[in-house]
Amino acid sequence: MKSFTLDHATDTDSALSALRGGATTIAGGTNLVDLMKLQVETPDRLVSIRRTGLDTIVEDQDGLRVGALVTNADCAADQRVRTSWPLLAKAILAGASPQLRNRATTGGNLCQRTRCGYFYDTSQACNKREPGSGCAARDGFNRIHAVLGTSEACIATYPGDMAVAMLALDAVVLTQGPNGAREIPIAEFHRMPGEDPSRDNTLKPGELITAVRLPAPTGGVQIYRKVRDRASYAFALVSVAADVSMEGGRIARCSLAFGSLGTVPWRDRAVEELLVGETPSPALYTKAADLLLKDARGFGHNDFKIPLAARALAATLHEATQG
Amino acid sequence: MSRTDTVTYDSPDTRNLLDHTRQGVIGKPLDRPEGPLKVSGSATYSAEWKFDDCAEGVLVLATIAQGTVQRLHKQRVLDMPGVLAVLADEAMTRRSTQGTAGEAPVQGVHTVDYFAQPIALVVAETFEQARDAALALEVDYVESKSPIALDPESPDAEVEDPDNSETVEGGDLEKAMHDAAFAIDVEYRTPGHASAAMEPHATIAQWHGDRLELHGSYQMLAYNVKEIADCLSIDPEKVRIIAPYVGGGFGSKLGITHEAVAAAIAARQLKRPVRVVMSRQQVFETVMRRSETRQRVRLASDASGKLIGLGHEALVSNLPDEEFAEPVTQATEFLYGGENRLLKVEVARISRMTAGSVRAPGEAVGMQVLEAAMDELAEAVDIDPVELRKRNLPAKVPVEGTAYSSRMLVEALDQGAEAFGWDQRRPRPCQTREGDWWIGMGMASAARVNMLVPAEARVTLKADGAALVETDQTDIGTGSYAILGQIAGEMLGLPIDRVNVVLGDTSLPAGAGSGGSFGAISTGSAVMRACEAIRTTLSEALGCDTDALDLKDGTATSGDLSQSLSDLLGGNDIVETGKIEPGKTAEDFSQASYGAFFAEVAVHAFTGETRVRRMTGAFGFGRVLNAKTARSQCLGGMVWGIGSALTEELAFDLRDGHLVNHDLAEYHVPVHADVPAIEVILLEERDAAASPLQAKGVGELGICGAAGAITNAIYNACGARLRNFPMTLDKVIPHLPDPFAEVA
Repeated sequence: MKSFTLDHATDTDSALSALRGGATTIAGGTNLVDLMKLQVETPDRLVSIRRTGLDTIVEDQDGLRVGALVTNADCAADQRVRTSWPLLAKAILAGASPQLRNRATTGGNLCQRTRCGYFYDTSQACNKREPGSGCAARDGFNRIHAVLGTSEACIATYPGDMAVAMLALDAVVLTQGPNGAREIPIAEFHRMPGEDPSRDNTLKPGELITAVRLPAPTGGVQIYRKVRDRASYAFALVSVAADVSMEGGRIARCSLAFGSLGTVPWRDRAVEELLVGETPSPALYTKAADLLLKDARGFGHNDFKIPLAARALAATLHEATQG
Repeated sequence: MSRTDTVTYDSPDTRNLLDHTRQGVIGKPLDRPEGPLKVSGSATYSAEWKFDDCAEGVLVLATIAQGTVQRLHKQRVLDMPGVLAVLADEAMTRRSTQGTAGEAPVQGVHTVDYFAQPIALVVAETFEQARDAALALEVDYVESKSPIALDPESPDAEVEDPDNSETVEGGDLEKAMHDAAFAIDVEYRTPGHASAAMEPHATIAQWHGDRLELHGSYQMLAYNVKEIADCLSIDPEKVRIIAPYVGGGFGSKLGITHEAVAAAIAARQLKRPVRVVMSRQQVFETVMRRSETRQRVRLASDASGKLIGLGHEALVSNLPDEEFAEPVTQATEFLYGGENRLLKVEVARISRMTAGSVRAPGEAVGMQVLEAAMDELAEAVDIDPVELRKRNLPAKVPVEGTAYSSRMLVEALDQGAEAFGWDQRRPRPCQTREGDWWIGMGMASAARVNMLVPAEARVTLKADGAALVETDQTDIGTGSYAILGQIAGEMLGLPIDRVNVVLGDTSLPAGAGSGGSFGAISTGSAVMRACEAIRTTLSEALGCDTDALDLKDGTATSGDLSQSLSDLLGGNDIVETGKIEPGKTAEDFSQASYGAFFAEVAVHAFTGETRVRRMTGAFGFGRVLNAKTARSQCLGGMVWGIGSALTEELAFDLRDGHLVNHDLAEYHVPVHADVPAIEVILLEERDAAASPLQAKGVGELGICGAAGAITNAIYNACGARLRNFPMTLDKVIPHLPDPFAEVA
């Protein structure tokens, strides 16, 4: 591990001040510390925001505001979350382990970096870790990689669960930065790799996540289906977050987000439009999947994700609409 | 004075002495005496010993697969804060040491044999400094101009007949296949596996003059001393290893690994203790792997399912010149009949880390494939898979003609089937659907060869009537402390709290070490032998025949004679060393532990995810020495079977040969949620040919075929007959029926 300095911010202003000075934010550290040990990330200066007090959950008429420092464990256990936004609780509990969820935070989890083995291995080429070095994953062992939103430069997924649920719930990421406060719809938070995969998200230099806002609950059936190689403690191969309301046997409203399928948490409004107003049937699920996956492209080991996503979508829609 | 009382095991000891002693502790499910230390974090593992002035070493691994190290840019690293040395000594090891080698493995770290091979050690004042410096070390390589293959199935891979495995040939298999009423000819593949022991490999080395002391994590100390001494060209007598607690090994710590030799060299040069702990990634990349296999199984049967021919041919891999080749067909030799047979192993020479023993080398992957193929035959013949096994148990080992010492396979099949509820199984696939899940059942036989190896142990019956058992036998989490205490307690008539067991120190007599399921029976036999000698002395003191001596709760009795041990000892200790040597029983009998697995799985009709819902295993392995630790071994083996069936696979990048999934996040061992209720049935058995204890090995039995039962259950659930382990969902999906179709 390279030497670094660690300062503790005591409020948002002191955190922003440290960020202006070039510090990197650390919250739970469940991902960053691992990356620092491997020297995938080598910050000189860290500012811990654990003492900034951004750890409350507040409900108002607009919805729920989850502070950036609320741990995954606390968020998933919150009675308001469990009652009105169960999708979020389910997604969080599908991820990591109790120990990690006790430490990992809402803001930190949004910034979780990919699990691409080539990103983690400094002996390998990776444009995300070292821009311009190439992508060893494209022609390598790419079983866990993305089939949507990939570029020549990068095929890595965003690996988490929480953000996928937030995407289906139309969450908004609240930030503070050098130019004041910003509200970033979560669909615009994670960045497709394009030519520069080194930046995972649209946070600007010096900007700090302060909270995530969830709009008022929809009252729909909420399902998080995480498909993975073992029953727990594994990243998703594909996950589906669904919030579906039925009326008179037809789909009245639905939002669907997919994890570990694309380079970012994936949502396709056209798929939702196709489904709304229709009577659920296997044929409809197939049509929806065909639309979702029309641009999907596998890289060998991950080809299976395309039929798997179609199947996971069918299972989820079937479950959400047959009750 | 201590005497050494040696028995060479030339004929079965049918006295069954432990059935006539009266203390009643042998076989009991007693807790491990060191358990509270382990669960409270107060057992000291190798890296946790505290020494003043201990420096920290971190290994540097190659980033090419084959070639030479031309230059290490040491100076920049030596200028970094706290850095003490950069070592690339030619005595450092290039490969892992095979189990029971007793000599140095391939040394010399200027040559690179495989990707991520250790090439240097950086030592610094703190671990963080050493790791930073190790990552900063620039290395110039010259890549090999004539590299060998990276993949065993590559046409470029050189294939040889291995030294450690003989082809078994009898009759005419081709003709049998041609004449058979039913013939199965199938090819299966199993991937490479890692031991993935919880405790990473770690050593603290320090020199006291010309004497080397190692606190390390090793399985077989008597061999390890010789290995490290050979590496350093010193007298083994000058090496002491202390390893009272070892956090799992599963074969990866049978022989010494890179960190031990590197730490010893660094400590000698720096004249201070040096600790080297491998990172999790380094463990995956540099220690022993289980070879991947390609296995062709041919089964020829008559109309009733009785085998007339059996073929089992395997392609495995290792580095050039390594003697070890995964002995895939080891149990196939004796398990089933079929006089027309061909059993053969070939080894491809490739560039990957050393292949060697990983829990149940041979049977772990050989049995799971054989038993999956047997399921295919049962389907073809249209008989129950349990019945097919029973119809094919030969009276003597085919070809060789050796007699079986004791074989509880039928009992295991019957009792396992009964307990599991095998009669509820529906023979055709896709018959049972619960919600989104297909449910299926499968079974497999278990078999693992039994080995008795040389071992010594010293037992002291102290003047106060308490006993001390001493040997360098390790306890790698298996229960050595418990069972050796139980053997001594039973033999000397002492409650278990009157027996103290001291292990894991090479200043003590050389035990068997932990490996090959032989530690308990071999070292246990040595303890028993020492106790027999003590019993002889006690009977003389009491004035009775040894056979008439009755020891219980610290009192010696014979007829009307009765005296407490402390009175009988008259203020003197009795010290005896027992030694067991394997003898003719090893050749005169086919010795193996047997069992049967039954598994119920659920396969998701949409996603192809497989979850094991329950498992039953019934096992016969001679006398049970401790019903709790034996059960735990069986449970652990079956959990390995779940991993082997469903998740575990070393994934190599075939462009440069590097291991992609080198950590526990991506190398998927089963987690708690993957492990369902597992029932273990321990069968009553005595096998006098196996050991004086009438016990056989159990440490590996639970894995030997377990994955086959799960695979067969997957087929029964959803009709996916998969021949490429592990059975991950991507392989299942193409075989799944339409999830919306009505169940037939």
